[in-house]
Amino acid sequence: MTQELARRSISENLSRWGKVLLGVILAAFLLGYPFVFTGPFPQHLMIRIFLFAALAQAWNILGGYCGQISLGHAVFFGIGAYTSTILLIYWHLSPWLGMVVGVLLSLVATLLIGYPTFRLAGHYFAIATIAVGEIARVLVTNWPFAGGAVGLYVPLLPEGLRTFEFHTTKVPYYYISLLLLLAVTTTTWFLERSRAGYYFRAIKADPDAARSLGIPIHRYKLLALAISGAFTAMGGTFYAQYVLYIDPESVLPLMLSVIICLVAVLGGVGTLWGPILGALVLIPLSEGTRVYLAGMGGAGRAFDLIVYGALIVLMSVFEPTGLIGLWRRIQRALEVRVSYARLAAARRGEQTVRGPGSQ
Amino acid sequence: MILLQSVVNGVLLGLVYALIAAGLSLIFGLMEIVNFAHGQFLMLAMYGAYWLAVLYGVDPLFSLPLWTIVLFLLGVATYWLIIARVLRAPMLAQIFSTFGLGVFLQSLAQFFWSPDFRLVPSPLVKGRIEILGLFVGIPELVASLGAVIAFALLYLFVTRTETGRALQATSEDREAAALVGIDSHRMFALGWGIGLACVGIAGVLLSNFYYIFPEVGFPFALIAYVAVALGGFGSIPGAFVAGIIIGLVEVLSGLLIGPAYKYLFVFLVYLIVVFTRPQGLFGRY
Repeated sequence: MTQELARRSISENLSRWGKVLLGVILAAFLLGYPFVFTGPFPQHLMIRIFLFAALAQAWNILGGYCGQISLGHAVFFGIGAYTSTILLIYWHLSPWLGMVVGVLLSLVATLLIGYPTFRLAGHYFAIATIAVGEIARVLVTNWPFAGGAVGLYVPLLPEGLRTFEFHTTKVPYYYISLLLLLAVTTTTWFLERSRAGYYFRAIKADPDAARSLGIPIHRYKLLALAISGAFTAMGGTFYAQYVLYIDPESVLPLMLSVIICLVAVLGGVGTLWGPILGALVLIPLSEGTRVYLAGMGGAGRAFDLIVYGALIVLMSVFEPTGLIGLWRRIQRALEVRVSYARLAAARRGEQTVRGPGSQ
Repeated sequence: MILLQSVVNGVLLGLVYALIAAGLSLIFGLMEIVNFAHGQFLMLAMYGAYWLAVLYGVDPLFSLPLWTIVLFLLGVATYWLIIARVLRAPMLAQIFSTFGLGVFLQSLAQFFWSPDFRLVPSPLVKGRIEILGLFVGIPELVASLGAVIAFALLYLFVTRTETGRALQATSEDREAAALVGIDSHRMFALGWGIGLACVGIAGVLLSNFYYIFPEVGFPFALIAYVAVALGGFGSIPGAFVAGIIIGLVEVLSGLLIGPAYKYLFVFLVYLIVVFTRPQGLFGRY
């Protein structure tokens, strides 16, 4: 009896109505945020958080669940951004359709990149993705049709949902990015419970064992990359329409691939909430240090990156499972305290703390 | 003639790449960790040589021993402070521990020394000489000669001395080496020290003719990763041959196709090698 009490976690202690209430509060906060915080900076901050949480969540499907560390996801981001922008400039195609075409092209890229590289393991794979990303960057930089090193301006159109451009307000961008995050998170949630999700984790844990169990590991790695790349490409189109200017240094750099991966790693790879948690911490940190510590950067403007770098090192040394790991550690500490309280209550013969299994 | 000139330039450049890659390869061979801060340590060595030359008038050639030792100590410190703690951590944590260190060092350099491009004013070695109708820059020649000497010393150390053999033994089988009384932690620390000392030598030699700025190490490090994979992870002779091949590929593709594409071909070489011969030229996979 007492052991059973101690084993229960905090989330299980919340009653069903408590969970519903929590969900409603969260939804109300997310939906109401742009009306409470009307300034451009808090809205911009939240849009970036959503975008990077979505990108990291997409990366997480391949890197976290399937265990294939990609440091070249900027390729898919770039495909999304460039496809919609080029189609809009040269053929006046709506960015929404451009987004669809971008996703299709990213699927083609998935096959081209994934087919050969998935034969590699560990560091060989990671460095191969760096190589692919850098090759893409060099090619686009030297491709005049795509604007070369100068980049492309998204043509200014009358604002509206149809044109995917909003000049006077950031609020629609806020909801679109929230929707993107929601879509990729829901997909991950379903994947976690699906056969594919179990296959992904089996491949991550031990590729040889997975293969010997009859899992077509090559095909499932490609599937993970396809889902991951498709959402990343959607993020790319969103970025292009939000910033209205793209160039190889902003949508294809190695640093972007690394930051996408980093957000997921900081939060906790292979978990549903990890990438979101990572973005919630990392993006305000990088934006905040850039804004508030800018005064300290006399010579350059790299002070934010100093903090960033130090934080990455500390995190990987002391909490390699990410913020989720840290959270779980706190939770466990709290749990012990709760179960002690329960134990005392049970001894006094009065069940003051009631959980779903205590009847 | 211009082709021959490029071949010479490519080999000279490749020898420096080889030395940087050797340090990376040594570390990887020992503990299967890729040092993603390799380029930033190179940058530190270049700035070190630069500041000693500017502030105290010490020529890079004379500050070379000092920076080799400093980088060696930095390597040992990096091992004990960071790497030793992530040895058993997941691969991602290992990647980001060194990667974060790289970001930290690079932005520190940018913070204190600004993103300006700098050159060591009037170094001792400068100008160029003509050999059989080919022009060879003296700083480049000195750098590649220095790289060859350092490489030879490294090779002799690893194969001919007791400590070097212990290093090799640890690299081959950590547990077995521990059984015969080799402290693997000390060997790892030594490996980091030597690995970064290689980078220190390369950085100081490069500072004689290369622009110095906070991001200077990045392309060198990328090339070193390619060289290490090409030569085979952990193989020091492999890194040597691969460095020269990459130097040649870079210079020749720059000449024949266009300078904008030179790194593209370096990365293509990497992909072709890992797809067709994943263990690299001399690797044991």
